[in-house]
Amino acid sequence: METGLGPVVSRRSVLLSTAAFLIATSSRRTTAKTISGVLPWEPNGGNPPVAAKLGPWEFFTAEEGRAMEALADRIIPPDPQTPGGKDSGSAVFVDRQLAGGYGAQEGLYVRPPFITGAKNQGTQSEGGPRKEYREGLAALDRACQAREGGKRFADLPDDRKDQVLKDLEEGNLKLEGVDGKSFFALTIKDVQTGFFADPIYGGNRDMAAWKMIGYPGARYNYLDWVGRHNERFPLPPVSMTGRAEWTSNNSGAR
Amino acid sequence: MRRRKKLDVFAGAAALFVAMACGKVTASAGEVNAQDFTTVDGGRYLSILSDCASCHTIPQKNQPFAGGRPIETPFGNIVAPNITPDMDTGIGSWTDDQFDNAVRKGIGRNGERLYPAMPYNAYTKLAREDVVAIRAYLNTVTAVYNPVVASTLPFPFNIRTAMWVWDILYFKQGEYAFDSHQSAEWNRGAFLVDGPAHCGACHTPKTFLGGDKTSLYLQGAQLQGWSAPNITNDLRTGLGGWSVDDIAAYLKTGHNRITGATGPMAEAVDLSTSKMTDDDVKAIATYLKSLPGQGTAPAPVSSTAPEMRAGGAIYRDQCSACHGLGGKGVDRLFPAVANSSLARADDPTSVIRIVLRGARSVSTAKEPTAAGMPSYGWQLNDFQVAAVLTYIRNSWGNASPAVSPDEVTRLRNSLAKRTD
Amino acid sequence: MDFEQLWSPVMARILPKKDVVIIGLGWTGAVMAQELTDEGLDVIAIERGPWRDAPTDFPPSQMQDELRYRVRHELFLRPDQLTFTFRNKVDQQALPIRNWGAFMPPNGVGGGGVHWNAEMWRFLPSDFVLKTHLTQRYGADFLPSDMTIQDWGITYDELEPHYDRFEYLCGTSGTAGNLRGKIMEGGNPFEGPRSRDYPTKAQPQPFSHTLFGKAARELGYKPFPQPSGNLSTAYTNPLGLRMGPCTYCGFCEWFGCSNYSKASPQTTILPVLVRKSNFTARDNSEVVKINTDRSGKHATGVTFVDSSGEAWEQPADLVILSAFSLFNAQLMLHSGIGQPYDPATGEGRIGRNFTHQTTSSVNGFFDHTKFNFNPFIGSGSIGMCIDEFNGDNFDHGPHGFVGGGYVGQVQTGARPIESALTPPGTPKWGTGWKNAVRDNYLSTVKPGTGVHGSFYAYRDIYLDLDPLYKDRFSRPLMRMTIDIKENEAKQNRFLTDKFAEIIKAMGAASLAKTYRTAPYDSTTYQTTHLNGGVIMGADPKTSAVNRYLQSWDVSNLFVLGASAFPQNAGYNPTLTVGALAYWAADAIRNQYLTKPGPLVDA
Repeated sequence: METGLGPVVSRRSVLLSTAAFLIATSSRRTTAKTISGVLPWEPNGGNPPVAAKLGPWEFFTAEEGRAMEALADRIIPPDPQTPGGKDSGSAVFVDRQLAGGYGAQEGLYVRPPFITGAKNQGTQSEGGPRKEYREGLAALDRACQAREGGKRFADLPDDRKDQVLKDLEEGNLKLEGVDGKSFFALTIKDVQTGFFADPIYGGNRDMAAWKMIGYPGARYNYLDWVGRHNERFPLPPVSMTGRAEWTSNNSGAR
Repeated sequence: MRRRKKLDVFAGAAALFVAMACGKVTASAGEVNAQDFTTVDGGRYLSILSDCASCHTIPQKNQPFAGGRPIETPFGNIVAPNITPDMDTGIGSWTDDQFDNAVRKGIGRNGERLYPAMPYNAYTKLAREDVVAIRAYLNTVTAVYNPVVASTLPFPFNIRTAMWVWDILYFKQGEYAFDSHQSAEWNRGAFLVDGPAHCGACHTPKTFLGGDKTSLYLQGAQLQGWSAPNITNDLRTGLGGWSVDDIAAYLKTGHNRITGATGPMAEAVDLSTSKMTDDDVKAIATYLKSLPGQGTAPAPVSSTAPEMRAGGAIYRDQCSACHGLGGKGVDRLFPAVANSSLARADDPTSVIRIVLRGARSVSTAKEPTAAGMPSYGWQLNDFQVAAVLTYIRNSWGNASPAVSPDEVTRLRNSLAKRTD
Repeated sequence: MDFEQLWSPVMARILPKKDVVIIGLGWTGAVMAQELTDEGLDVIAIERGPWRDAPTDFPPSQMQDELRYRVRHELFLRPDQLTFTFRNKVDQQALPIRNWGAFMPPNGVGGGGVHWNAEMWRFLPSDFVLKTHLTQRYGADFLPSDMTIQDWGITYDELEPHYDRFEYLCGTSGTAGNLRGKIMEGGNPFEGPRSRDYPTKAQPQPFSHTLFGKAARELGYKPFPQPSGNLSTAYTNPLGLRMGPCTYCGFCEWFGCSNYSKASPQTTILPVLVRKSNFTARDNSEVVKINTDRSGKHATGVTFVDSSGEAWEQPADLVILSAFSLFNAQLMLHSGIGQPYDPATGEGRIGRNFTHQTTSSVNGFFDHTKFNFNPFIGSGSIGMCIDEFNGDNFDHGPHGFVGGGYVGQVQTGARPIESALTPPGTPKWGTGWKNAVRDNYLSTVKPGTGVHGSFYAYRDIYLDLDPLYKDRFSRPLMRMTIDIKENEAKQNRFLTDKFAEIIKAMGAASLAKTYRTAPYDSTTYQTTHLNGGVIMGADPKTSAVNRYLQSWDVSNLFVLGASAFPQNAGYNPTLTVGALAYWAADAIRNQYLTKPGPLVDA
């Protein structure tokens, strides 16, 4: 599967995404202004979120994408109630994040020199997450091929994948030229972040993760529920792109 | 370091004193002695009632009355002239009669017909001494050299002589006539509304030639991509649910328990109504409350209609944080959409625009908060904008025609190039 | 200072002189601008970041975006623009903080006031005379030898009217505990006497917060609602600005408030300030230097660079430095005002007594078949707290440490990226993780900074300029040398254990207890309560500004903010920061303007 969308694109998620694609992406205001007399105002003001685009991988190669989807599905395995990391879009999320500001270390301090220090001094990486994924995924496949009969990670059966990841996590599987333990920790963090982030960024498709845990999403008003202790909040989750009930063929739920 | 006196809130009056003390008042024709404080100050107040500054000043440019602001009309833009006492480019060399002719008769200095973007059809209700007083006040403002090319209208509207036909059709010259059957307060209100405040310029619908449709007096109209609401006493779409005090508070502070002023009315409040006396805003309110409503009300849209369901979901998720789960808003901060005649208006142009593009409410000395409405144009599609407005217009006992997605599409397109 | 400057004084275009230039338009800059424009002075505020306002920059259509605003730090300063280097010890190589971790510095109009939680705590009366108080009660030998705590040079009673002003500006929701000396039921009995009640009643508490209060009461404590700048009800402040009621969206901390219910410069000051003809703001303009005359004792104005790279000089008679605490210290060092602190000798004014906050937490996992906390319902400063273990509210004699803090269930919501927690022992990934996340989300108590302890000052915890790393203007980055000392670690262990007992008493099935331990970690969030570096005091040898926050070195320069704290108390700093701004403004209006010059003889 080479498309970054994965196989499951429900009609609903396409519908909801449409609204986001209507966005005329406004550029960030950085021009220095002099403000006096009245509060600044302009119509259509602000910086709405930029939605992840549908379509092929933007950062990963086809092979990397396959590995990433396989990783996502072991970090968050599918079950009968909730899709796994792959079908819920976590690999797409990581791809779009790496193609965007996160991958580019946008806004971060990246001036030299890059000196290795103590862990509590934070990441000192010139290449940033793009380099870590590029090298990490390649090294993971190499390690699997060496250990698992020539098979890449994505081609292993699930129980072997899990064993590889356990070994990686515990430091029992070393990756060539890469700190496998930190790479896996980074992957877990990013995949799980995509699972719980707003679906506008490509993961958490159909708000699957939010439905699973009972989080009602991008809401702004619980005034009627703050005093209702130990009673489940009755409304379904909503994303920044809305929810099914916002559309004309809705079922009538509020 | 200089330690200054506290700022004088009556900036206009302060400027006047300074100008007089310094002897900087521009010498010009005119009957009134610049030292006749009573007349000059009366003129200053009349210029506020008449909202001269709105058209004749470019906002934020700090050149009061120097003109140059394009006034939008359905026929094209007309640029407001310089009315500072500059001898070359302003009205410094005009006689009082010439000024009076322009203000009350729509006749320019050289006998040409003015375009009715200048509301002489309203100002005609003023007395000559009122106009002379305004002139006397204008003589005290800083003269600014600013040549203005007034008309940028396309043919055939650029032919000024055609305006005599317009005047015959729509212009009824004459000072305000006191109605002895009504109270003095009512009469004052009627004079202000129809005269200097020229409320009908925005709130009375216009014919295809731009004349008032008198049968629909103050029942709401369109201008500059906004719909000005009905300001008769109509219960559903007008001021029927507002008390005299509600109207007075709105005019004086820009905000009341129901709503806040935005768009062109924000400017009218800022420059004119907020500076009126309490008696005058109350007089306006009293008069408006006396205008009969139309009383027509459609059946509400069924709560099970798809757009009502979608609208309800959107309202809960997006609108209720400010406007409240019950639509009651927050007093003088967030409008009470459940009670809003603007939301219920037959013409939904303004509310569609506010949802699509956002809006800033007016800041006044008494209500400085100037809360803003975010833009939802990026998030909601045309169906969704129509749905949430239809929901608001038909919930909490409201009943108004559904807003169609097509209306939203049209407005989204027509507003796309506007910068305001 | 001799930097390879990318802007040059020659190139800087000179703007017309103002009476006052304010550096940074956050809380303290806005308070000071409001006060000095009321005085009739012509004021310009220069802000490094953009203009921001609720309807455009944090509307309810897009603010509930945990990825963008929390994880990717949308509203915060970009480290690329300015960051710090960090090390634990003086003999260690400091490295740049390339991405924010332990704290996230603000940027833009409103400053941290935009994305704070709005906890409105007063410090204890004893906090202001800390050195004297502790020495009297326990003897000088009780304090660690390298601890450099000081008295503030101001008392609680002097500051009380200014606390009151800031509380009323913000509409603070709370329950008074000490009204003019009378202890009030339901409030914090340990607080200093307040001259009047809170302007609005306390916020109603969600389930877990209520349960914490109940458990604490049953254990014999006196729990009370956390004082809050998220309002329980609509409010009109003394400037005539209207605020709405909080709707408990759970997106307060690190997010801007969409519905005018969180106190910020935007909701409480700016709409009034902007209307004034004697006020101007410039955004996207970074002040790079406070200029002084040849004597070095008189500030002549500031130099700033706008976002297009143009340099400007803004002359002014009075300079107010009101940036975030760290940037205050940094700009003082970059401007060469005041002798830099040297930990070897203990001498120098700028950079000394740098402190943070000693925080930790205990997460409680409850039986999900019995407890549904709806944890996403919250506000930034919701919560029930106890103050039995703050400051010197208890006898430290048997415990061998000084300081303390409040503890409480102060959970601000449950944004899922950070709040999908699992009990100890759960795998970090796979089916086990997924099932645990599903079963625990609604029934987990995650107080955040539930243990909110003091951080006292030490001789070798300080700020100076880094010898290696440079900023975009080739100026040295500022270097933070900071660690968790034994006293603070002991304090935290004591508080965390007390806190855990209460969470346990709420009925938690299991607890995840995390102590704050050495070394200080720059990578995980603690708070953004960084203090000191330009501290206030009575002695010019051991402080940078006098009791009115006036520079000892340059008398027409006032430095506002938490940079003035000689050490940090066991509370959130903002209310004290706001009160000090009013206190300094009062001194300028009533003393300095009539007789410019030092208000305290050095």
